[in-house]
Formats: sequence, C-alpha cells, structure tokens
Amino acid sequence: MTATTPDAAALTAAPVERAPPSLLRRLPHSPVAMVGLGLILFWVALAVLAPLLPLDPPNKQDLMALADPRPSWRHWLGTDFKGRDILSRLIWGARTVLSVAPLAALSAYVVGCPLGLAAGYYGGKVDTLISRLSDIILSFPIIILYVILIANIGPSALNIVLAVVLTAAPGIARIVRGLTLEQRHLDYIAAAQLRRENALYIMFVELLPNCRGPLITDFCLRVGYTIITIGILGFLGLGLPPPDPDWGTMVKEGTAMISVRPHMSLFPALAIVSLILGFNLLADGVRELSLRE
Amino acid sequence: MGRFIFKRAASLVLTLFAASFLVFAVTEFSPSNVARKTLGPFALQSQVDILYQKLGLHDPLAVRYSRWLGVLLGLKADPLQDPALGLQFKDPRGDKYFGNFGYSTLYKAPVNDVIWGRLKATAALAGIAFALIVPLSLVLGVLAGMREGSGLDRTISIFGIVATSVPEFASGVFLVALFVVGLGWLPGTSPLDAGSGWPIWTQMVLPVAVLVLYDSGYVVRMVRGSMAEVMNKPYIRTAILKGLPMREVVVRHAVRNAMIAPFTVILLQINFLISGVVVTEMVFAYPGFGRMILDASLFGDIALIEAATLIALTIAILTQLVSDVGYAFLNPQIRLA
Amino acid sequence: MSAAVDSSFQTPAPAGRDLLVLDHVKVEYVSSLGAVTAIPDLSLTIRAGESYGLVGESGCGKSTLLMAILGYLGPTGRIANGRIVFDGMDVTKADAAALARIRGRGVSIVYQDPNAALNPTLTIGRQLAEVPMLHEGLDGASARARARRILTDVHLPDPDAVMDRYPHQLSGGQKQRVVIAMALLANPKLLLLDEPTTGLDVTVEAAVLDLVNELREKYGTTLLYISHNLGVIAKVCDRVGVMYLGDLVEEAPVEELFARPRHPYTRRLLACVPRLDSDKHTTTFLPIPGQPPSLGSRPRGCSFGPRCAGFEPQRCGMAPIAEEETDPGHAVRCVRWRELDQFESRDKEHVAPASPSAEKVLEAIDLSKVYELGNAFFGFSSARQLVANEDLSFDANKGEILAIVGESGSGKSTFARILAGLQDASGGKLRVLGEDLSRMPASRRTMEQLAAVQMVFQNPDATLNPSHTAGFSIGRALRKFGIARSRKEIDSRVRDLFAMVRLSPHLARQRPGRLSGGQKQRVAIARAFAGDPKMLVADEPVSALDVSVQAAIVNLLLQIQARRGATIVFISHDLALVRHLADRVVVMYLGRVMEMGPVASIFAPPYHPYTEALLAAVPVPDPTVKQKHLRLEGEPPSPINVPAGCRFAARCPRKVGAICDNTPPPERDAGGGHMIACHIPIEELKAVTPIFSADPGQVS
Repeated sequence: MTATTPDAAALTAAPVERAPPSLLRRLPHSPVAMVGLGLILFWVALAVLAPLLPLDPPNKQDLMALADPRPSWRHWLGTDFKGRDILSRLIWGARTVLSVAPLAALSAYVVGCPLGLAAGYYGGKVDTLISRLSDIILSFPIIILYVILIANIGPSALNIVLAVVLTAAPGIARIVRGLTLEQRHLDYIAAAQLRRENALYIMFVELLPNCRGPLITDFCLRVGYTIITIGILGFLGLGLPPPDPDWGTMVKEGTAMISVRPHMSLFPALAIVSLILGFNLLADGVRELSLRE
Repeated sequence: MGRFIFKRAASLVLTLFAASFLVFAVTEFSPSNVARKTLGPFALQSQVDILYQKLGLHDPLAVRYSRWLGVLLGLKADPLQDPALGLQFKDPRGDKYFGNFGYSTLYKAPVNDVIWGRLKATAALAGIAFALIVPLSLVLGVLAGMREGSGLDRTISIFGIVATSVPEFASGVFLVALFVVGLGWLPGTSPLDAGSGWPIWTQMVLPVAVLVLYDSGYVVRMVRGSMAEVMNKPYIRTAILKGLPMREVVVRHAVRNAMIAPFTVILLQINFLISGVVVTEMVFAYPGFGRMILDASLFGDIALIEAATLIALTIAILTQLVSDVGYAFLNPQIRLA
Repeated sequence: MSAAVDSSFQTPAPAGRDLLVLDHVKVEYVSSLGAVTAIPDLSLTIRAGESYGLVGESGCGKSTLLMAILGYLGPTGRIANGRIVFDGMDVTKADAAALARIRGRGVSIVYQDPNAALNPTLTIGRQLAEVPMLHEGLDGASARARARRILTDVHLPDPDAVMDRYPHQLSGGQKQRVVIAMALLANPKLLLLDEPTTGLDVTVEAAVLDLVNELREKYGTTLLYISHNLGVIAKVCDRVGVMYLGDLVEEAPVEELFARPRHPYTRRLLACVPRLDSDKHTTTFLPIPGQPPSLGSRPRGCSFGPRCAGFEPQRCGMAPIAEEETDPGHAVRCVRWRELDQFESRDKEHVAPASPSAEKVLEAIDLSKVYELGNAFFGFSSARQLVANEDLSFDANKGEILAIVGESGSGKSTFARILAGLQDASGGKLRVLGEDLSRMPASRRTMEQLAAVQMVFQNPDATLNPSHTAGFSIGRALRKFGIARSRKEIDSRVRDLFAMVRLSPHLARQRPGRLSGGQKQRVAIARAFAGDPKMLVADEPVSALDVSVQAAIVNLLLQIQARRGATIVFISHDLALVRHLADRVVVMYLGRVMEMGPVASIFAPPYHPYTEALLAAVPVPDPTVKQKHLRLEGEPPSPINVPAGCRFAARCPRKVGAICDNTPPPERDAGGGHMIACHIPIEELKAVTPIFSADPGQVS
C-alpha cells in the first residue's frame, strides 16, 4: 500500500500530555484535603472500634461522678448531668451521626440525580416541572421546614433521612441539571444518539459519570451540612429519642449547666465542629484539586 | 426590563402559593389532629368530634386550603371565632378582615397580636447581623480572591472554612463559655429586658456575633471564589496589559464583575438568617420570631405555624425577587439582552 | 479636536533601528514538579517599522514569547536567562512601575478572542477612554473624543453609538476592531497581534487584515504577528520566523521563506497547507510523522529530530543546532539544509482518490428547516422565525465528496444534523439511498439506516466521552449495529478499526484525556466507520486541528473513502481545503444555496458574487499569488426574519437593484452541472477577471 508511509508514525502513540492521575491518587497533594480526611477517619475509627474500646456503656450512670462530673482519669472528658461518661457517649454518638448523615446525603442523591438528569436531558415541560418544584422547596428557610416536618412526623433516624431527602434532593437536582445542560449538546451525546442509545443509558452512562467531580465536592459539603442539621435538631429538642446518645442533644443538655460545668456542652460542641470541619476541608481540597486539572 | 420583573414576580407569587399549600398540607395533613390540637390535650373526644364536623375537616385538603386562604384574605369569617363553639377565641379586629391569621392556641391570643412584635425583635437581630456580614465578607473575599494562593488568601480561606464548620449552637456554646462564664463581660441570655441588669445592647452582642460568624464564612468563600475566577479572565489581562496599575485593575475592572455571582448569594443570606435565628434565639432565649416558630411547632399551634411560615416565605421570596432584579441590573448582558 | 491632542501622538520610530531585541531568551514554567522549559534559547530582532510574523503550531511557544515581551508570564512563568530589550530598556529587569509604562504605550497587544478580551460590564467608551487618561493624563472629555476618533479609524459604523454599547451588543468582528482600536489608542511603537483573526469568518478576517495593514501604514507601527495560519502571515508580514518546540528554526523575508524553505519542518508545514491551485488528483499532503513531544521531554540536539526524515543521530542528535545563514537575511537551524532535497520531496506519496459512480445516493429536494422562536412563558409566542435551511435542492453520487461551504450562520451544520438524524426537517424531502429521511430523527430510524449514515464532528475534545475509554463508544456502536456480539469479537473489530485509522490498538484502552486532538479525531472516524456506512457526514472535522495534523486526517479520509467507496458530505468554511478534496461544492449563505457545481467550476468564473467575495478573502499561503481586491461590507445579517428577495442582497457588491430585495433570484445554469442563483445573467457573471493570478516577476 503506497499510502502507509505518510502517517505510519501515527502508530507510535506518544501521549502528548500526561493525563492527570485519578482524584484519589492526587489527594495527598492537598494538605487541606488530608487534614479533613484525617479528622473524618479519626471519628470513623472511633465509631467502628467503639465496642472494643475500654469505655463505660454510654447510658451507664456513674453515681459517684454526679458530685464532681469534671474530667478525671476515670472519665477523661467528664460526665454529664446524669453521671454518664461523655467520651463514651460521644464515641457511641459518632456511630449514629456517621451512619445517618452519609445515608441521608446518599438517599438525597438517589432521588436528586435522576431528577436533575431528566430535567437537563429532556428539557421542556419535564424541566419546567422539576425546576418549579425544586424552586418551591428551595425557597423555604430550611431550618423552619425541618422544624415543622420533624415536629409533625416525629424525630427518628428514618424521619431525619426523609426530611434531608426532601430538602436536599432539589438542590442536588439543580446542580446535576446544570452539569447535564453543559454536556447535553456535546458531540459524544450526539454520537450516542446516532447509534440509538436509549435515554436511560445516555443519562446514566454518558452524562452522569462526567458530573462526578463537582458532585464529590457537593457530597462532602452535604454530609457536613447534614451533620449540622442533625445537631441543630438535637439542640432544638427534636433529636433522636433518648436515652441513646445524640451530639446535638448532648450540647443542649449541657448548656443548661454551662455556667458551672462548661465541659458538658463544650466537648460535644467540639466533637460536632471537628467532624463538620473534616468534611468541609475535604470538600475544599477536592474542589481545588479538580480545578487544577 | 419591566417585562422581566413582571415575569419574575408572577412566577414567584405562584411559588408562594405552592409553598404555602405545602406547609398547610404538612400541618393539617391529619384532620382529626387539627381538631385535637385546637382544643388541647384535655378536651373530650366528643368535643373534638363536634369541632371536626363544624370545621368541615372531612373535606379534601384543597378545599380546606382555599377556606384558609379565604379567611386570610378577609373573604370569609374565621370559623373558630364562632361563639357557638365556646372556644373563647376573640379577636378585637373582628372575625373577617384582610390578614386574618386566626388564633394562637399557644399564646391564647390572635396571631396578629403575637407575631409582629416577635418579628420586629428578630428583624433587629438579623438586620444588624446582615449589616455586618455584607461589608465584612466583601472586603475579606475581595482581598483573598485578588491574589489567589497568597498568604492572605490562605488565611482568609481557612477562616471561611472554619467559620462555616461551626454551627450557631456550637459557636454559641464557645462564645458563652468564653465571654460569659470565663470573662463575665457579657450576659448569657438576651431577654431584651433591661431588668436583667445588662443594657439591651450588651444582650445583642453575642447573638449577632453568632449569626455573623457562621454566615460570613460562607459569603467570604463565595466572594473569594468569584473574585479569583474574575482575576483569571482574559479581560483582566487586557486591563493589566493596557498598563493600568493593579489597584485600578481590581477596583475598576474586577470588583464589579466579581460581585455579580455572589449578589444572589448575599441576598440569600436573608433566607439563611431566618433559619439561623431559630437556633440563635434558642441559645440566648431571645424573644424572637424563630423561637416562636419552634415553640409553636412543638406545641402544635397550627394557626401560628401557618402564619409564621407564610411570613417567612414571603420574606424569602421577596428577597429572591430583589436578587433576580439586582442580578439583571448588575449584568448588562441580561439587562440589555 | 484640539491640536494639543494631536501632538501627543508620537512620531514613529525611524525605520531600520532595532526596536525589540531578544537575546538568548530562556523561558521556564515552574511548578511543584520542577521547571519545564518552554523556550530554551531564542534570539530575535525586530526592526522599527517592519512587520514580523511568527508561525508555529499549537504548543510551539509563540504565545509564551509574546507574554514574555510584555513581562506577563503569570505566577508560574519566569525568564530564566537572556535579555528582552525593548526600545533600549531591558524588560526582564523592569519593575512594576516601569512595566506599566511600557504596556499600552510602548507595546500593546491584540488578542485572539475578542469576546473574552473586553470587560463585559463596562461600556466600550469607558474601556477605551481609560487608556489615554492613564497614559497621557487626559481629562474624561478629551479622552472620549480621542476614543471616538480611533473608533472612526477602525471603520466602525456609528462610533458614537458604539461608545455607549457593552461588548455583548457587538459582533465578533466589531469587537476585534474595538480591541485593535484600544491597542492603538496610546500610539504604541510595537503592536503584538496574537492570532487576531482566528475564529472570525473569512470575509471578516480579510477586512480585519486590511485594517491592520492600513493602520500600520497610517501610524507607522511595528508589528509582531503570531499565527498558525501561513496564509494570513503571507498577507501581513515582511519577515517570518518559524517556531517549533520553543526554537526559532527558520527566519527569512516572506517571499524567500515561501519560495525556498530551508528547514525540513517549514517544508513539511508548507506541504500540509491546502492550495487553491492543486487538488487531491494532483497532490497529496505530506504530513509530519509523529507528534511534538511534551515540553518536559525535549529531545537532545535538534528539537525536530525525532520527526525528521533526514535525522542522523551523530549530526543532529548531540548538541543544540546552531543558526546558519543560507542567503542574506535567511537563517536556518538545520545541519543538513544543503542536503534537504535528498530526503525531502513533495510528491513522494500519492493517495489515489475514489472514483465516484453515477449512482445517486443523496437527494435533497426543497429541504427546509425553520425554528419558531416563541416565548414559552404564559404561552405567548411572538412570530419570530429562524430560517436555518430553505429550499435546499442538491444531490450526491456514490463515492463522491460533496462539500458544503459557507460562513457561520449559513445553515451548513443544520443540514448536516438533519442528514445524520440529529434533527428533523420542517419541509421538503431528503432521500438517502432511496428512502426519505427528512422527518426521521435517529430515534425513528432503523439500525440499518443509522449505520448507513454516520457523522464525524468538529470538536475533537467533545467527540469522545471523557469518562470512557477511546474504544468504548466504538464497541457500543458495533454491538448496537449488530456487527459483533461477544467481547472477543468486539475487541478484534475495534483493533481492526484502530488499525484502519492508523492508531496503535492499545490506545483503545486509554481515556480521551491521554489522546491528542488528531488521535481523538481518528477515533471518531473509526467510530463512524464501525457500521460500514454508505455515507459519512463530516462537520468541519479538521478545523480545530493544527495544519500538519489536518493534512494527515484528510489523507486518511481520502484513503478510507477510496477503499470503502462511501459518499462523504464534507461541511467546511475552508475554501482551500474544499478545493483540495471535494468533487462537487455547494455554497450556502443564510440558509440558501447560492451556487453549486463541480469543484473546478466554483473556483473559476462565472462566480456567484458571494463566492467571488469569499475567494477574494481567502488567505493564500503564497505571497506571489495576486488576489483581486474585493471586500464585503458588514457581516452576515441575522437569520431571523430574513428578507423576501436574495439573501445576499444586503451585502452584495454587484446588487442589480430593487429586484434583488424583493424577488428570489432565478437558478441560472452555467453548464456542466454548474448552477448560480443570481439576478445577473450568466454572460455578465462570466465577464469578470479571475480572482487569482500569479505575479510572474516573483515566481522562483
């Protein structure tokens, strides 16, 4: 074949630019993300290991400590107004927070992503309907909506998850819709249409994977925000039902004694802040890394 | 432009209707509950049943919603004020007037007697906070975003992340522990009552600080992000390569463009502040709108919840309108489209 | 206008003096991974009054060089070595205040993308007026007066109105005129132009280039013009430098360079440029093998060595190549420049093009596409229509390449999308292999119909999904079209298709992020051929690629077509490229066919007045070719609510009269399948001189 020579060298496939390695592998390059990840893993480790740690049971009342609940060798972070070990309650409470918050955020994604994909991909009436409904929910002052909802349906882990789904899914849908609209008219979508791929395939196989960068950041932020929400509900007296430990409830119970025993509210508040900070730092680091691409 | 405002306003009114219906649906979802909550826990079941009949609570939700709307707009008399019910719900304004929110079972008074004073107290709190958040965030955000990656940028960005990571109830605890318990400089509660021995302004300091810390963290990050993005735009390069000094580039070319995106976010803070005050008022026992909503929700004061959310929604939606119009005004590409 | 304002214009520097001297300049970008050298060692002198062109493909460092001259390399860039002396001052040692004095007043710049270069929230007047206010301390009123005058100089209609407009209210060509005006406001000594016409339509480009030449004469400004487009360089520059991988490999006066290129890279580059005097039957592009290495892995010795046919390790691969003067003013960095003819020849290879048969496979009959621009809110709809295609009637034979040319807004892409099934038509018929597909979008076509018509898209970065491997979508196509089912079968088919487009099969497992633009476009071609199509719709498939890559892709398309006998509908704005590869051409303007016929007939009289203007605007990469001067006023009008008569009437330089505005033009037969839609009779259209004529005095 005469024509082979001119571009035979195209066979040598020296990549022009070095492709960036995956986000996960670049994570160590961001100190911010690593600090965040460290904080999260710290709590995850404590939560996982809770049954193995030499802790008092979280609901056990140490009557000896009632007289002097301050931190001691027996109770590192002191005891609460009922003489329960604060460290143990924080660690056992972490199990609840770290399961409910990510689960709630994930559920919101399960609902929000398809809605956003459909709104962005189909456009027209589907988009109008989904966007209007989202606007309605997003126009509420969010805590007020939570308070009304939880006060009506009662505080339980399931109801908190439901409330988070209802309030967060519209926001997720809006983000996914935007990311979908950006890609909607790109040629690889046209190429998929030219081999008659169905809409579900295009939405979930062609469109969704390209949304992952912003969505990972958003997910971290949303978990952090859900932790705040759960904390607020606990603080407002709408937390998970007693006696099981709930960080927000612990802060609330502690504030009653803040003038004499500040440790009772300070330590739970610090626990909440450290975990939220972890997720926010991770989100910021991931965002910065994906911007650098 | 007029057409644009009209379109936005119309669609926001629709949103308001839909949202208020949603609240109505949640609070009055179970009709028997409505009668029970109105009469209180000690009423006899037979009384509850009579009220259920009288109020037509067996009707579909949409019918009941339109009836509620009729009372609110002054088209219908409030059925609860009917003396035949013997509820003693008396409103000096009468039973049929525009803006009739009904009767609060928690405060045993017409909603209109309860709600506006509370709203004023909260408006003072949120207003001061907003007046501090905006300039603080703008200055910090612009300074940080001006030179991405500089030491100042890193410091401000970390402040922003930390501030958004401390929810109001936690910062409340920290500030009270420091300034009230530790230093004794400020009061730990804010009943807005000079009788407590603390002047009113000292009672405002901590609630305002809590709101400002949490919200400004968020706005600073938004402004910084927008500013950093603008500084990387080719038209900033154009301005620099025209020979403009850096200060002029920032002031004349960057800041205005950098304000467009965060403008909406800044006004959205009003919405956030309404949320934030619920917690803040709880921390400091501040006699405001947020605490009232919380108490009403926990007590089951349906009329008060509905009135309060409607007002909160109206504020939120008006803010949205202002922000949409302002956004279009700042951005000639929309204004002169 | 006071005399004081006028006196502030500086007198141009005396011609011949060295205005800008780059002396062994080395530019690096520093990151956490270490320093990467963008420009290793570059020396260059630009004399006052001359127009110097720098040519090179993407990534060759030409933009970096411009930014280095302005002392604006960003936080990561730095000048690691050498001096850049502008008008007696070393820019590399200047502090911020000194740099600010040079910028705008001494050196100013016109950017590639005028849409991004202007501040969207300030009026044109304010953006212009701040330059004289800053550099000459003028007050607001006289600054505005100066701004207004310069807007007149760049021939913007109604400068007073433009002063009060925001950038988004102007067209691309108008914005570029504003940017040029802004650059000239302080009457700089040196004007840098960074691909100022890339992205503009060819008629607009020609007008902007005229303006640059005119202003250069008027103000005596020295120009440094960088471009990848050799035709543009040939039009504007006196002297040309060729850059490759940060090195200046060749430098010569413009006629000399085009007539006697001495560097193998320059030679190949010229052999990749489509020319209006040759076509696929007479010439085959000679692409450059391989790809430029990344900046981090610069080869030892000659930077072009690894891709050069004459590479000799001992002579070329050891030390940096020194500059040699071959003729007065002509310098080259090649140790083998005297032996060039031994290893480089223009016509060594020949791709035999396909021979079309007489079988009609595509037939458009009065095909139209109208968009109703309603207002969705409250269901009010204003009666605005966008006519993208109107009454298109043409056909294509089996094995033919039918080119559809036109500027932006001509509707050529809309037709491509209707043909491929991404949109449906609103009227008329579109017969493909005998079946009417005009109202059959992809979702309603059978698998056979889909496989028969496939498409290659314009943007290599959008053609492949970044989340999936290069082979993924080809595999999906094979499965969907029922060509292969099992994994093994699919893998082997994908390997075959990759071999067909001359890609190493292991690239099938790479994500698009690791592929170059040319490689991505090859994958897209492989994907289009997965179902063995009878017809390929190629929508500007090479317009985003460098010229050497473009040449390789064009060769590849011609080869595959010759082997498979597919018909290609080739959408393009590039008339020279169309001249090279098309068998027949359709010229469109604002949704309508202006002219069509065999390729040779389009490029010779009789011309449609629009085609004539297009040809007169084409930048020809040969300074010896003389082109008739003919320019269109304004820019293509909006395709919304178009007039009843000839679409081109508003801009037509040969408008007959009111009949052009009111009556659609007749389709006149010029013989041999050549049709011209114009009110002017064929005889009159024939009686024009050809656009191109060689200048006999200059031919080497």
